Amino acid sequence: MRWFWIDRFTEFVCGSHAVAVKGVSLSEDHLHDHMVGYPIMPNSLVVEGMAQAGGLLVSESYGFGELVVLGKLAKVKFYSCVRTGETLTYRVQVDTIRDDGAAVSGTAHVGDRLHAKALLFFARLGDANESLQGQQLFQPSDLRHWLSLVGIFEVGVHQDGIRMMEKDYPLEDCSDDAS
Amino acid sequence: MASEDEIFEKVREALVEALGVDDEEVIPEATLQGDLDAESIDFLDIVFRLEKSFDIKIERGELFPEDILTNAEYVEDGKVNDSGIAKLRERMPFADLTKFEAEPSVQNLGQQLTVKDMCNFVAYKLAA
Repeated sequence: MRWFWIDRFTEFVCGSHAVAVKGVSLSEDHLHDHMVGYPIMPNSLVVEGMAQAGGLLVSESYGFGELVVLGKLAKVKFYSCVRTGETLTYRVQVDTIRDDGAAVSGTAHVGDRLHAKALLFFARLGDANESLQGQQLFQPSDLRHWLSLVGIFEVGVHQDGIRMMEKDYPLEDCSDDAS
Repeated sequence: MASEDEIFEKVREALVEALGVDDEEVIPEATLQGDLDAESIDFLDIVFRLEKSFDIKIERGELFPEDILTNAEYVEDGKVNDSGIAKLRERMPFADLTKFEAEPSVQNLGQQLTVKDMCNFVAYKLAA
């Protein structure tokens, strides 16, 4: 299973907000177990989708150069079930971004129907984490690939309206990584 | 300048929201980690709420100086040494460190931080 829980960004404004979509499809294996005969999108994965959308929004504030992890979820509510054939739209909005982490509000809709909302708190792990762990926890090239798959550079803009450019984010693997 | 009661009310609200505890559990003597079950990520949430509530800026490590607790110059065998304690007193004038100084294991500092310490911190920031 590939851990992609958003399909594409339709809007991305650095440091502000983003909108991403996720199609729910019968071709996804796990839906045949959740539930058997009545496939519905697990809400844990809805939250993961919000976290991925919000996490990339926060990560961009740190130049896509550091590990940003979901630390805490608060005030999570679900209002419906999401069935196969429906499309989830995640809207994430930055509440606060600091040096050590960020708070993001997120909602998930199916069309006009509100399905979920949550407060997400992200921690920025930074260089210290990598030196403590002894190895790089992600390859920048993997992140670059993911950003390309979800179309961040097709729709992304800075707050002044200027397009985000891939070349502005140095996502190159180190040649001497410990792993 | 907010009064002591006003500060306590807003700090209590922030802790109730961040930690999911009841109003009645947030008393001045309650420890954040011990009595209110706060974890490290909760401190980020608490800091965000305090910044918003009081319109103050809290720098990283200002409320909880993790840089001192992870510095080999100030910590020996898991305990904060005398220079570390002096540094902590300097950085945390709002906190009552008496109990911690009696048993200065690194993990004890977080466990002993009380609601009262938090209120004192806010008052200290507002007066600055």
